[in-house]
Amino acid sequence: MRRLLPAWVGAPRLDPVLLLLLLLIIVFGLVVLYSASGRDMAVVNRQAIRIGFGLVVMLVISQVPPRVLRAWTPWLYGIGVAMLLATLVLGVGRSTQRWLDLGILRFQPSELMKLAVPMMVAWYLHPRVLPPDWKSTAVIFGILLVPTLLIYRQPDLGTALLVAASGVFTLYLAGLRWRVLFGFAGLAAAAAPALWLVMKEYQRNRVRTFLNPEADPLGHGWNIIQSKIAVGSGGLTGKGWLNGTQSNLEFIPERHTDFILAVLSEEFGLIGVMVLMLAYILVIGRGLYIASVARDTGSRLLAGALSLTLFVYVLVNGGMVSGVLPVVGVPLPLISYGGTSAVTLLAAFGIMMSIYGHRKFIR
Amino acid sequence: MIAFKGHRAIKDEQDERRLFVNRAWVGFVCIFLCILALLGRYVWLQVVAFDNFSTRSENNRVAVRPVVPNRGVIYDRRGRVIADNQPAYRLEVVPEKVPGNLPGLEALFDELASFIDLSEDDRKAFHKSRRNYRSFDSIPLKFKLSESEVARFAVNRHRFHGVDVVPYLSRHYPYGELLTHVLGYTGRLDEDDIASVDAGNYRGTRTIGKIGIEKFQEKELHGISGFERVETNVRGRVLNVLERQDAIPGMDLVLSIDVAVQRAAWDALGDRPGSVVAIDPTDGSVIALVSKPAYDPNAFVGGISQKAYREILNAPGRPLFNRALNGSYEPGSTFKPFVGLAGLEMGLVTAETRVFSNGKFYIKGYDRPYRDWKDGGHGWVTIHSALEQSVNTYFYQLALDLGIDRLHDYLAQFGFGSVTGIDIPGEGKGLLPSRAWKRAVHEEPWYAGETVISGIGQGFNIVTPLQLANAVTALVNGGTRYSPRLLYAAKPAGAEKAKRIKAPVAMQVPVRDPQDWQTILEGMDLVVNGARGTARRVAIDARYRTGGKTGTAQVYQLAAEGEDEPGEVPEHLRDHAWFIAFAPVDAPRIALAVVVEHGGGGSTAAAPVARLTLDAWLDQEIDRETLP
Repeated sequence: MRRLLPAWVGAPRLDPVLLLLLLLIIVFGLVVLYSASGRDMAVVNRQAIRIGFGLVVMLVISQVPPRVLRAWTPWLYGIGVAMLLATLVLGVGRSTQRWLDLGILRFQPSELMKLAVPMMVAWYLHPRVLPPDWKSTAVIFGILLVPTLLIYRQPDLGTALLVAASGVFTLYLAGLRWRVLFGFAGLAAAAAPALWLVMKEYQRNRVRTFLNPEADPLGHGWNIIQSKIAVGSGGLTGKGWLNGTQSNLEFIPERHTDFILAVLSEEFGLIGVMVLMLAYILVIGRGLYIASVARDTGSRLLAGALSLTLFVYVLVNGGMVSGVLPVVGVPLPLISYGGTSAVTLLAAFGIMMSIYGHRKFIR
Repeated sequence: MIAFKGHRAIKDEQDERRLFVNRAWVGFVCIFLCILALLGRYVWLQVVAFDNFSTRSENNRVAVRPVVPNRGVIYDRRGRVIADNQPAYRLEVVPEKVPGNLPGLEALFDELASFIDLSEDDRKAFHKSRRNYRSFDSIPLKFKLSESEVARFAVNRHRFHGVDVVPYLSRHYPYGELLTHVLGYTGRLDEDDIASVDAGNYRGTRTIGKIGIEKFQEKELHGISGFERVETNVRGRVLNVLERQDAIPGMDLVLSIDVAVQRAAWDALGDRPGSVVAIDPTDGSVIALVSKPAYDPNAFVGGISQKAYREILNAPGRPLFNRALNGSYEPGSTFKPFVGLAGLEMGLVTAETRVFSNGKFYIKGYDRPYRDWKDGGHGWVTIHSALEQSVNTYFYQLALDLGIDRLHDYLAQFGFGSVTGIDIPGEGKGLLPSRAWKRAVHEEPWYAGETVISGIGQGFNIVTPLQLANAVTALVNGGTRYSPRLLYAAKPAGAEKAKRIKAPVAMQVPVRDPQDWQTILEGMDLVVNGARGTARRVAIDARYRTGGKTGTAQVYQLAAEGEDEPGEVPEHLRDHAWFIAFAPVDAPRIALAVVVEHGGGGSTAAAPVARLTLDAWLDQEIDRETLP
């Protein structure tokens, strides 16, 4: 019986610390979701089922050794890019072409790329000498630019940013020289005006709104203003669970998806926000610790990059809800309603747990 | 591993790990600082700016909606409803919910016009009133929708976002034009109105009293708005009433008008333009105030179209003009009792003083004749017979003896030349000339001839029907001149019974000798009841005894030359007919003034109107305490 299964299947290799933190965030998220959905238990159940599915995925991936994952990486990346191309041609969805209908479930290929890109970069750097040389750097840029541009074309600026960030973080952790990093940062800043030119009109409106939401309080500025009112009116201790008026009376747009943090802030106040942020910092810290004890270069880079990417989620979403960053469609990890995002994140944590389970035992 | 490309190509696991840990720490610190900065933002929002956002959240949640008070109902003296509120529907539009700004609204109106009769005036009024409202307020577009309009709109409601049919109470005047010049009407609240009222109390009010009692008693009739604090969701749907302060309804008012008397006077005037004002001399309350022609005030309630308004404005007889309050007429011979009283009280004549009338009166040293209406004159007359037969000569002489300034000062006590102070707006003050007045206005000296004709109420003298009726009131009640009142009683919301409101006394005319006053009333009694009385036909078969005086207000200045022959003058140049009266003579309960424009003689045109009016008041069983 045992022989029929791959040799790497054995006792569960889970990091109890990371698991505990994740479960904490997930439960908090479901509690907030119940309120944000207008006490709709069906919504909570649906999300719980997705998260359950994500946990199973996490569990399965955690059993797969990093080298096996690495062996799959080019395939995963290749399939991801192919699906992105397919989405552009066949995609379904309201105004954008993000979804690919696979019959049983609709799937966002761009979500897959959040994993596939850092994996691919780590795969590429794994056998190479670090810090990466010019040639490697150029290849890596190629690896991350192709999916980024495809996702941007969908158009989904938020996911494109996250995908690009995950690649750049891998490069950063690989030790790309500071002056090269700063050089690219400077170049990106210089290219910002050019970015304005290629942006779609709705994206420009978001930036305009971000710069001055009060100019159009009932139009494009509405979301930001109402979200800020929700956050601010929560105060230190919040209005209490289910008592958020901005949320219950539907003043907060997208209140159970991208803007769920506004609901949390309104009902649980600054204390709730701080608890959540602490949980995220601990998760990121734990992720970086896992990376530091990883068995090999590829695993180390991958675990580190995935941890840092989580930070981008938190920062962009937290900044958007509080009105310091423009509105881009980035969910709050493990809390925003939505299946693919949660499953992708849990898959990423599965990878990290696999890396932890197969860590190098020193001392 | 052996490096072929220099030592850089050697993969050093220790080195790479160190490099990674280094980078990871830097990254973690950066992340920590970034999240700290983000938390700083939340601290700012949730702690520093908490009050601001808390208020804004509360404002989002809670809408304060005005609760409009019901306008007070108005009754006549006998408890008949003369102004009430009837359920109606109006169409309202929230401009903010209509996309496309002005063109969007116009397009919407075009579409609505296929269900609802929407005039250009309705649109104009809507755009005009938009300035008084915020864009998310619901603004009335059309009042008093017909039942079929409501039904047609209801079926198509889904097509019109931001448009709604709103039930409300519409003002209604059951007696229509009969009471227009008393009640006035309510109309759409406009910018000027808002400036004159407490805007907070009118937030939900859409109409306001424009003229008449409705305007004068606006504050009492309107009541005090309540409010409702409601919790609404983002689409404005009310989820919950948090707090409600009911409105205090407007006061119900009782007017001293008696609709039966008003109707009698109105009908008696027939097709002739004219006015009747009747006052109860015991308390200064106005029993009837008729100005004819009038117009239907109900047409103004929902907002009148320009075209309909112009039709009323230009209609023959000028129905918008309130003759009772503002009509400017020469008092003519109706002045004689007052001039006579002045002579008696100042001791210039007594009841026995005799004057010879030969048909023509001359001022010494001038050869211009001032005529009596009867060729050859009336012979020897006293004050009694001078009033009975309306002998000009007697009063020419008396006026000349008094002099214009004494005459002016005495007559001013009866309210001539000044407003009576009645409780509806827009009253005229007539003209009571004096030397000083002429110098100031005409920059000319006063001539004796002008004093002479003042003695018979001609020349510069101008009175309004209301003024004259009020002067008669003071004449017959022993000198108490009231500020006449239309408001008889008021019933505040919740009160059991209406509280009687008394007319204030404007002035008590000094009485030197009551016998002088009695003498004048006897003279007026003879006008109706004497063998030679100028109005002797008027009181036939009356159940009460009437005193009165006829008068003629000149329209065409022929009479001054003595060539007055009514029959040959075209109607619009014919004189206005006056009749003043009081009854019963021994204890007057009504005093009135009637003017019939271009009616010719006072006895033929005006006195019969007075008779029918007096009958209506005095022939009914009077129970003064039946207040609603």
